[in-house]
Amino acid sequence: MENPKPIKVALIGNPNTGKTSLFNQLTGLTQKVGNYPGVTVDKKQGTCRLSGNKTAIITDLPGTYSINPTSVDESIVLTSLLNTSDANFPDVIVVVADIENLKRNLFLFSQVKDLEIPIVLAINMADQIERKGISIDIETLQKELQTEIVLISARKKQGIDKVKNAIENCISVSSAKPLCSINHKIDEDYFKKLKGISDNHTLYELWLMITQNNFPDTLLSAEKRKLQEFMQDVSKVKRYQHKETIHRYKQINDILKTTYKVDQSKAKDLRGKLDRVFTHKIFGYVIFFGILLLIFQSIFDWSSAPMDFIDGQFANLGEFVKVQMNPGVLTDLITDGIIPGIGGVIIFIPQIAILFLFVAVLEETGYMSRVVFLMDKIMRRYGMSGKSVIPLISGTACAIPAVMATRTISGWKERLITILVTPFTTCSARLPVYAILISLVIPDKKLFGFFSLQGFTLLSLYALGFLTAMVSAFLLHKTLKVKSSSFFVAEMPNYKLPSLKNVIFDVLEKTKAFVLGAGKIILAISVVLWFLASNGPQSYTDSEKNIRENVANKNISPDVIQQKIAAAKLENSYIGIMGKSIEPAIKPLGYDWKIGIALISSFAAREVFVGTLATIYSVESDDDDTSTIKERMRAEMNPDTGKKRFDLPVGMSLLIFYAFAMQCMGTLAIVKRETKSWKWPMIQLFGMGALAYIASFITFTIFS
Amino acid sequence: MNTIATLSKGEIGIISEESLDVIPLKLLEMGCLPGVEVELLQVAPLKDPLYICVNGSHLAIRKEMASQIKITFN
Repeated sequence: MENPKPIKVALIGNPNTGKTSLFNQLTGLTQKVGNYPGVTVDKKQGTCRLSGNKTAIITDLPGTYSINPTSVDESIVLTSLLNTSDANFPDVIVVVADIENLKRNLFLFSQVKDLEIPIVLAINMADQIERKGISIDIETLQKELQTEIVLISARKKQGIDKVKNAIENCISVSSAKPLCSINHKIDEDYFKKLKGISDNHTLYELWLMITQNNFPDTLLSAEKRKLQEFMQDVSKVKRYQHKETIHRYKQINDILKTTYKVDQSKAKDLRGKLDRVFTHKIFGYVIFFGILLLIFQSIFDWSSAPMDFIDGQFANLGEFVKVQMNPGVLTDLITDGIIPGIGGVIIFIPQIAILFLFVAVLEETGYMSRVVFLMDKIMRRYGMSGKSVIPLISGTACAIPAVMATRTISGWKERLITILVTPFTTCSARLPVYAILISLVIPDKKLFGFFSLQGFTLLSLYALGFLTAMVSAFLLHKTLKVKSSSFFVAEMPNYKLPSLKNVIFDVLEKTKAFVLGAGKIILAISVVLWFLASNGPQSYTDSEKNIRENVANKNISPDVIQQKIAAAKLENSYIGIMGKSIEPAIKPLGYDWKIGIALISSFAAREVFVGTLATIYSVESDDDDTSTIKERMRAEMNPDTGKKRFDLPVGMSLLIFYAFAMQCMGTLAIVKRETKSWKWPMIQLFGMGALAYIASFITFTIFS
Repeated sequence: MNTIATLSKGEIGIISEESLDVIPLKLLEMGCLPGVEVELLQVAPLKDPLYICVNGSHLAIRKEMASQIKITFN
């Protein structure tokens, strides 16, 4: 027997209602993350088995308080519900509500209900009913709302089967009737005229189209024109929206008056006590900075072992492939381009996963909202919002997910400034560069007998990155003329213990998104760089012949000849030519063309600097191959001065350069996507580049 | 003039009808409506934002917004 067509189900609900918990319970490991066409909002889908051979495809829509959107994420909800012709248009909607804040949750429900799509109301955290002193009359409520209600507690896996049954019942007995008729209560004539425009859409749909300027493909162009006429009177539309909201709350209040009661004496809970501690004017900040320290400490400590392991495995893999395959261009592409390229992405997974783990736990528990509350006023002086704290913390792992995390900031100017300054925070790609340069040029001494000078330098670089971010935010705040008309509101959810399942799914999903998103770019650039380094004009092709002619009658070992050939090839390759052509520009900073090559290749990802120098010096060095990169770099001489190439002035200059320069194509691409313009990434590229250049020049001059 | 911003910690006021036009739609939708009780729960260490409870919703809003929302007392 053929399987029946799966039922398409959309999950809708306020943030922090346990909607994602329910989604995880319904779909488990079947969930996939995709993208909505045209926007970068993640689309989470999974399948769920119903009775017999019936199945459902569940889509987890972004959490929202209303279907009137105020952000990109929220607009997805409206678009998904208006476009009836879309292949993903839901057959059934499950609205997830929180028992504690039923009134506000029913507001969203009342809007969705009016779209006249079959609907189920799942009231979550039912296990809390008694403890919170809540009494609820489900039967009457079902009648009043004309909807099947299921009591669940998603975390305890209670009521999940009832949700599945309700989905099946709902589609056979269509319960699609509007709840709040908006028309006659506000302005009967106005809404009558509006309804007259189209027979294929409900009044509420038409109303949403004009209030949200969101026209689905199903609308005829003549109808669209008429709707746009309605939009002319902006103040009337706005006034009626306000009236609609009040009308809905009034109706919900009337319904809840007889069906829902809270015994206030039992309602006082832990929240107030914890809030007093977490938002305390001293302890609040102490706890926050303690948590920050813990995060940084863990990012370094816990990730070093897996990172070394990954590094080693990719080196082995490269060796293995080199031995197994016949020498040739394809082998070179794989061993020198693709494998290191993929390795360069995979190596960041431990740090990024640990960071996401902390962020997920802090968000799940409700603590993150308190940080937003605590930091908002301080951040506002720098033109940002309390919600900018999360991206700035994330930036210490990688700027790419950090830029994406700015979406929760509702003010455009605040969000833009956060996006622009986030790349100054010291991301993990800078760390290998810092580590090798510091160990080369900073003496291994102790300050005051116990404080490592090298460690102190590293810490100062982190502080420098953060301070630069704040100072540039302040300057942008004072100079940027950007229209931004939105206001700040943050829900302060109740404190909860984090659910292991939710945290794990969240970390997996975000890490995967990073690997696939940033990975593509880093891999592509690695391959391009490989091509530029292994190809060149005529002089490149001739370099082998020239060297062989040069050494023909001299007594030189074949190994040395090979190395001389390799060095000549690199010098004459496209990337060598690029390095040489920028040499005059970077000479004032103390760099030569070889460092120039490393600077250019750092655009794939900053840590490529180390690998590139390793390649350059390995093809040049006269030592055995066993010497480490560090030893080779230490041995490198500056022919002009006869001193070491990596002395203190050059090392310091490079450290400062890497602290400031915008050398990350991945971040530039993501900033372009999020700001929808090349203007802002270009400002970052050239602004940060100029700062890096000037600061490095000054550093080099001071230390020389 | 009494507004949410003039409440002292723990004090409860009622949002006045005339505030309807100044409250942004999003805040209305989150339950911050004329005629309902609003309690000031916490004030951030630097006196801003304010942490309020209105209609069962626990929200943080900035002083700038709060000072536009007029309230009355019973």
